[in-house]
Amino acid sequence: MNDWLDLISWVCLLAGAFFAISGGVGILRFPDFFTRMHATGVTDTLCSGLILVGLMFQAGWSAVLLKLFLILAFLLLTSPTAAHAIAKAALHGKLEPVVDPPGGPSSKS
Amino acid sequence: MFIAAGLSILVVMALALVRALAGPTLYDRVLAVNMFGTKTVLFISVLGFLTGRPDFLDIALVYALINFISLVAVLRFFEFGRFRSITAPQSAFKEHPPDE
Repeated sequence: MNDWLDLISWVCLLAGAFFAISGGVGILRFPDFFTRMHATGVTDTLCSGLILVGLMFQAGWSAVLLKLFLILAFLLLTSPTAAHAIAKAALHGKLEPVVDPPGGPSSKS
Repeated sequence: MFIAAGLSILVVMALALVRALAGPTLYDRVLAVNMFGTKTVLFISVLGFLTGRPDFLDIALVYALINFISLVAVLRFFEFGRFRSITAPQSAFKEHPPDE
């Protein structure tokens, strides 16, 4: 039973680490601000969820599990709100997302 | 395994710092710093497990709270033109007439 829990937590931690790195590369390589925001918003929430769940498996039924759950709940509540606040502030600050012109390629297909 | 997770989080924090320094617009920097803060929360939690000290999780929770509050404060600071200073756009003056 115990090695199953370890295995699951290791898989979660590795997946979380992978999504963290993909988020990091995403924030660097994407051309426009709003695409970068997508990269960090998505992977940020998923990566923190996976890593914290991985830690939860290690913790077992204890106060540590409660703290981890509180951190996870709080992060899942605030990072979407934070992403929304940044996008709203960026739009308010006249930062235009790069969209295709009306006659652009997307409208032809 | 915690070392691997911790190292990958450190790599991502470095990438976020690069974006924070290179970010053309202000909002790139705010986004990078927000991501850095969230990754710090994770790194503290992983470090707590690595060194076998469960009390690190309280620090991580408080850091997550403060990270969110500071993000909103920074955004409000830059949205209303440096708190109604001379360079504030006229729209800010209409919404909030200066006290003096």
